[in-house]
Amino acid sequence: MALVLEKHKMPEQDPQVRAHNFQEVALGYDEETAVAEANRCLGCKNPQCRPGCPVGIDIPAFIGKIKERDFDSAISIIKESSSLPAVCGRVCPQENQCEKNCVLTHKGESVAIGRLERFVADYQLDKNEEVKPIEFAPDAQKVAIIGAGPSGLTCAGDLARKGYKVTIFEALHVAGGVLSYGIPEFRLPKDKIVKREIDNLQKMGVTIEVNSIAGRLFTVDELMDEMGFDAVFVGTGAGLPHFMNIPGESLNGVYSSNEFLTRCNLMKAYDFPNHATPIAMGKKVAVVGGGNVAMDAARTSLRLGADKVYIVYRRSEAELPARAEEVHHAKEEGIDFKLLNNPVEIIGDENGWVKSLKCIRMELGEPDASGRRRPVAVEGSEFELDVDTVIMAIGNGPNPIVASTTPGMDTNKRGNIIADEETGATTKEGVFAGGDIVTGAATVILAMGAGKKAAAAIDEYLKSKK
Amino acid sequence: MFKIMYKKELSPGIFHMDIEAPRVAKKAKAGQFIVLRVDEKGERIPLTIADFDVEKGTITLIFQVLGASTMQLSALNEGDSIVDFAGPLGQPSEIDGNMGTVVCIGGGIGVAPVYPIARAMHEAGNKVISIMGAKTKDILIFEDKMRAISDEVIIATDDGSYGVKGFVTTALQQLVDRGEKIDQVTAIGPGIMMKSVCDATRPLGIKTIVSLNPVMVDGTGMCGGCRVQVGDEMKFACVDGPEFDGHLVDFNNLMSRGRMFREQEAKAKDHVCNIGLGR
Ligand SMILES: Cc1cc2nc3c(=O)[nH]c(=O)nc-3n(C[C@H](O)[C@H](O)[C@H](O)COP(=O)(O)OP(=O)(O)OC[C@H]3O[C@@H](n4cnc5c(N)ncnc54)[C@H](O)[C@@H]3O)c2cc1C
Ligand SMILES: Cc1cc2nc3c(=O)[nH]c(=O)nc-3n(C[C@H](O)[C@H](O)[C@H](O)COP(=O)(O)OP(=O)(O)OC[C@H]3O[C@@H](n4cnc5c(N)ncnc54)[C@H](O)[C@@H]3O)c2cc1C
Ligand code: SF4
Ligand code: SF4
Ligand code: FES
Repeated sequence: MALVLEKHKMPEQDPQVRAHNFQEVALGYDEETAVAEANRCLGCKNPQCRPGCPVGIDIPAFIGKIKERDFDSAISIIKESSSLPAVCGRVCPQENQCEKNCVLTHKGESVAIGRLERFVADYQLDKNEEVKPIEFAPDAQKVAIIGAGPSGLTCAGDLARKGYKVTIFEALHVAGGVLSYGIPEFRLPKDKIVKREIDNLQKMGVTIEVNSIAGRLFTVDELMDEMGFDAVFVGTGAGLPHFMNIPGESLNGVYSSNEFLTRCNLMKAYDFPNHATPIAMGKKVAVVGGGNVAMDAARTSLRLGADKVYIVYRRSEAELPARAEEVHHAKEEGIDFKLLNNPVEIIGDENGWVKSLKCIRMELGEPDASGRRRPVAVEGSEFELDVDTVIMAIGNGPNPIVASTTPGMDTNKRGNIIADEETGATTKEGVFAGGDIVTGAATVILAMGAGKKAAAAIDEYLKSKK
Repeated sequence: MFKIMYKKELSPGIFHMDIEAPRVAKKAKAGQFIVLRVDEKGERIPLTIADFDVEKGTITLIFQVLGASTMQLSALNEGDSIVDFAGPLGQPSEIDGNMGTVVCIGGGIGVAPVYPIARAMHEAGNKVISIMGAKTKDILIFEDKMRAISDEVIIATDDGSYGVKGFVTTALQQLVDRGEKIDQVTAIGPGIMMKSVCDATRPLGIKTIVSLNPVMVDGTGMCGGCRVQVGDEMKFACVDGPEFDGHLVDFNNLMSRGRMFREQEAKAKDHVCNIGLGR
């Protein structure tokens, strides 16, 4: 068979159309395309793709099953290592992970591993199989999970399957963490994907208590001493938005990306006033930052009716931390990239609203500790960008509520919980942690992997205690 | 679901509701608040814990009907339920037995959140002088409750229909003039009132605590929408506050940010009025 050098194209909504709706951009392979793409895979004996996957999915094996049109077996193979394939197939930065070292990259494009993963995951979700409730032993040990993001959900699922009674406590009124409040509908459909994954977990027998803020409603010690839990997993994420500390950040029209995206995704402000949460924005938006979060905020702004949307990023295109696909989609939709520019001040009008964003041009200097060339300001190059809305998407830190109320569970100087990389064990006995609260803002698959490792370690720990 | 156990209209547009939330009641402390959503399409709105009853497992809310969400809430009755209720949020008031003489000032609806704080200060053994302000006599709330836990209550109405004619600052000035030694002032009310109180106490060097009410979404430190400028620092009112040293707060910015969603709020109110309160 002749080698096909390029990935099969992902069917997508037309950029002109999709820039004004919230429906999913990428439509997914159909069966024929999926099988054709799977046939590109050489089924390597020593697959270079597999070590690139943080949870080590047996990639050639599942793709082999797709070739045979045995999609049920394909998904079973994936599920041995990953519990959220419909999510990861959509949002993993594949180009830096599994697809990076695929042998095909020597000649052309890698196998579209993420798209194939998504295909089989969606295939299974569409079958709407009955989820069987787990029968728990009357004396089953109890585990509390704090935070219903990918790390907590994964840890909960694995522990429940091992027979533990699991309760997830979530601060917000909806489970899912960033999958629900951060990543937009047009990249990760909420009802079709996220909610179904969560529903299935509940059907299996995991209890989810929303509106439950650990550290306020109860402490970790109370969970273990009074509420009868034998172990606790903390997966509270990196939810504390950073600002730049430049003048003007308190003006009206300035948002953190978290506030902006939460209003839109979680609270459905795009359907205002039918949904009651408003979003106040103008027609010209600057989003500061270059990661997935910045791309999401920019593309959401377009969909909310902005005429002109800029990404303002202080480094160059090569350093943009966002997934390649997101940058590509953003450009197609007409986002204007102001690279090598750094905001120095937000200027307001007489009513306290944003009038413009003052930036300074940057050039790349010597490499810094991360190996990337450090941007340095070009003196005297300030200019004003004419915008009425500014969204800060420059990163998130750890929320201190749980750590500050849990004596004995140590954090590092940035406030991240210190946990063993292999087991998630914290410095407090019986308490484990994983995901963004430990690593700092990272990825869904890493958070999920941390949840899995912790579940295995909690199982060991509780067996030893019994 | 969280059930409404009791409802009463205290004065036109101001409602008392007791909501069943036993876990929150067990943990609630003076100075904290909750965030609620009325229904599946509702926004998250913060309201102060005006009282709590551990035995009954209820939280008392006192709220003023301003826009869409409070209007919807006010349309519910005893036995109805709301979908979400999360708390207790924010830092509790700092209260001990050695505060001396504390003047607790509540303006308008602000009397409700000041009440549990004043009560805790009284119970800790401090001398509590309360100043209650309202536009006019008919809309004054919580008078009996405040009298029961205060050493002295002074009432100020804008129109002079009850108590001192003037603002809460007029009453405060009277206390100062008669030589009352004041160790702390705690003031809760509209931004402009708290600002005036702080302007009055600053030259006198009286420690003044205010409780801020910026627009909030999550109430857990996640969105940064509630940020306020306190001295040189940006603080998140929902986790660092809501109480702050009033002499350091940038009230102009607070009040300006309070207007950020005004256009949309008007639309939401029309929407709720047009389709009926059930949404
Ligand atoms: C806008 C955006 C886009 C992103 N895009 C991508 C992408 O394309 N690909 C990718 O791989 N990664 C992406 N990420 C990163 C990824 O989403 C995170 O790394 C991942 O969600 C972390 O998972 P987590 O379980 O550690 O925490 P989170 O998903 O943050 O979940 C933590 C949960 O804990 C809850 N919580 C916090 N405190 C408490 C408390 N005290 N009590 C109870 N509950 C609490 C929170 O409400 C939240 O629900 C993106 C992130 C954002 C913000
Ligand atoms: C910590 C805190 C405690 C509060 N305690 C009380 C209380 O005990 N009783 C009471 O009557 N009110 C209280 N408020 C104010 C109350 O939250 C608002 O009146 C309410 O959200 C208005 O919603 P609405 O839809 O009815 O009116 P809208 O028309 O939406 O708004 C009216 C005003 O309320 C403010 N507001 C709107 N949405 C929010 C929001 N999500 N968060 C904060 N403010 C908002 C706006 O600045 C606006 O000026 C408190 C606010 C905070 C932050
Ligand atoms: S989970 Fe992510 S990294 Fe692993 S195979 Fe799937 S897409 Fe690739
Ligand atoms: S490296 Fe590429 S071709 Fe080889 S098994 Fe992995 S996906 Fe298939
Ligand atoms: S309300 Fe979101 S951070 Fe305070």
